[in-house]
Amino acid sequence: MKIALTGNPNSGKTTLFNLYTGSNQYVGNWAGVTVEKKEGAFSYNGQTITLVDLPGIYSLSPYSMEEIITRNVLINERPDVLIDVVDGSNIERNLYLAVQLMELSVPMVLAVNMMDELEARGDKLDCGKLSRLLGVPVVPITARKAQNTELLLDTAVELARTSSYNPRRPVGQIQYDNTTSRVIREIYALLWEQPKLRGLPLWFYASKLLEGDQQAIQALQPDKKMLNKIEALVKSYEATSFYGDRETMLADARYKAITDIVAKSMVKRGGENSLTLSDKIDLVVTNRVLALPIFLLMMFLTFAATFGPVGDFLSEGIEHLLKNVLGGWVTARLDAAQAPGWTYGLLVDAVIGGVGGVLTFLPQIMILFTCLSLLEDSGYMARAAFIMDKLLHKIGLTGKSFIPMLMGFGCTTPAVMAARTMENERDRRLTIMITPFMSCGARLPIYALFAGTFFASHQGLVVFSMYLIGMVVAILSGLILKNTLFRGKVAPFVMELPPYRLPSLDALGRHVWEKCKGFLIKAGTLIFSMSVVIWLLQNFSWSLQLVEDNAQSIFASIGKAVAPVFAPLGFGNWQAAVSILAGLVAKETVVTSMMVLYGAASQAELAAILPTVFTNLSAFSFMVFCLLYMPCMSAFVSIRREMNSLKWALGTALFSTAVAYIVSLLLYQIGKIFLL
Amino acid sequence: MANISRTAPTTTLGDLRPGQSCIIVAIGGQGAIKRRLVDMGLTPGCRVFLRKTAPLGDPLEIHLRGYELSLRRADAKNIIVKKV
Repeated sequence: MKIALTGNPNSGKTTLFNLYTGSNQYVGNWAGVTVEKKEGAFSYNGQTITLVDLPGIYSLSPYSMEEIITRNVLINERPDVLIDVVDGSNIERNLYLAVQLMELSVPMVLAVNMMDELEARGDKLDCGKLSRLLGVPVVPITARKAQNTELLLDTAVELARTSSYNPRRPVGQIQYDNTTSRVIREIYALLWEQPKLRGLPLWFYASKLLEGDQQAIQALQPDKKMLNKIEALVKSYEATSFYGDRETMLADARYKAITDIVAKSMVKRGGENSLTLSDKIDLVVTNRVLALPIFLLMMFLTFAATFGPVGDFLSEGIEHLLKNVLGGWVTARLDAAQAPGWTYGLLVDAVIGGVGGVLTFLPQIMILFTCLSLLEDSGYMARAAFIMDKLLHKIGLTGKSFIPMLMGFGCTTPAVMAARTMENERDRRLTIMITPFMSCGARLPIYALFAGTFFASHQGLVVFSMYLIGMVVAILSGLILKNTLFRGKVAPFVMELPPYRLPSLDALGRHVWEKCKGFLIKAGTLIFSMSVVIWLLQNFSWSLQLVEDNAQSIFASIGKAVAPVFAPLGFGNWQAAVSILAGLVAKETVVTSMMVLYGAASQAELAAILPTVFTNLSAFSFMVFCLLYMPCMSAFVSIRREMNSLKWALGTALFSTAVAYIVSLLLYQIGKIFLL
Repeated sequence: MANISRTAPTTTLGDLRPGQSCIIVAIGGQGAIKRRLVDMGLTPGCRVFLRKTAPLGDPLEIHLRGYELSLRRADAKNIIVKKV
């Protein structure tokens, strides 16, 4: 049996989903989009139930990815029964989705959640009456305390047993005003005349056609004659109201019907303008004067926790464990087995080093996602977006983009993952594309070496300029992308500010684990194979001979081949080119591979060699290139994962490399004119 | 729901000051943004309280139908309201 969970964001759907499915869940993406897909299976009274957690939405409009996915799943995959979770403390707006879902003709149970909050406020809801008025079973629950959740499941299973999808009738009975009811009935009758459309949820499509929904027109492909008849009906409908607009009129009719039902089944005690605890917290948190300092403090705490001493300590712990303990053990085993020399390189350096280098991010990812979950679940994230929106709106982003971009200064990999907190796909993609320009910690060794060698007297200033250039490029890229690739796809910023709630530890743990699991799987598969491939390239010649000197390797010959490409940027020597390629593994590798390639035993020696190959200008140009070119492979892997598309990930890599090339080229060529 | 006369003096939600309440007369604009606004319950006759503006002056925070909603001033200017 297949049950689908629907509901508004923050209605407690996910709590319910976790409660039923336990650890047995699959989390991924819907095909081709960045919207999260959650499914779980469990056994109930001897039968297997598949539970699908659909994205949190407010309506079934055709304008957001989340809403379209929900529509498609409910129409095409047609679950046996639908549980619509509504927040009892905010029932009017939650029922607006419910009445649209009822038109899909899939048997539905209404779960009124957060009954504890509702009762604590002194409101009373008569669920029996609500059920009679809507014509669907209503179960009052408190998902967080697991109250009545068994009863809800019983009700859903029983409903699936006794009723099934019947496109001839919508579920329940919603009475709109006479004009609206009549026009929906008439459109339905027109659709029903077409035998090929029978079987589809025509009540749903009738109301969508009344709204002028393009997705619905595409799905039904009505002929010209029918379309004209429908448009004539809509015209006469619009003429009955002075608003004269189909979408507003139908939304109005729906809300009127809902207000009526709520008035009959609910007794509200609290006065409209009395302040709840949440309102009081908000008075401080989004206060005109205090809001920005509090926001900066929150961001500082998140950043400091993730990239500060604790995260560092744990990262180093993992590094030690892998490199010294595991690496040492493997070396000892290889010694004992008298294995050939190259096996050390492959196993210890490439595999343990490569995968291990990525695993050291794990503690930081854990801490970051603990912080992000706390911010999200408590309701603060919405306030952060509220506070920062004006600033980021200018470059085509929203308030929530601030967090991934800030995290980008620490490490691009978790920063990209943090973009998940944005609801809108366009915002998510745009943010992911510009986050790599924020200079991450791994690029610092490059700046330190070059700034120290070439700009000893202005070292701090030069390093700071790198961070500044990164930010400026990010902002300019945002502006450019906003007006090109993402033009015309601006998502409305109409955001609910949910009440502050105490985050639940269970949800927190689950969220953090999900993120880490996804990351571990990638580290274990993709990064593992990439490490091996790069090791092979670095240690074998074209004739597949193991090389003594890296300068003979395939990697070096590729470096030599591409070196001329970098000549206009000021660093056309092959060692620089190979170092840049090596930086794809991890950006700090740029420095270590330079040491190998220039035959320097230490950084000091390298610092003595570099001035013979670079000028001040070409050194600066090289630093800028390292700052901007495509992020390292672990960042690439997480971009691929979050974008849910290899095409977008490659596009992002190509975009940043192109930007790097252009900026360095301009710097070097214009710089040359001024310095000569 | 209040009965709104077509001739009553109107203003827009974007021109209200924090602390003022109003009743929606009509929603202008079009496409995704307009649809989102009506979906969120901003329909004619609905009572709205402008709670505050963000520290940088935009967006706005309004209270309607028992919950808090945030929207940009530019979009709020498309919402015709009557002060109460």
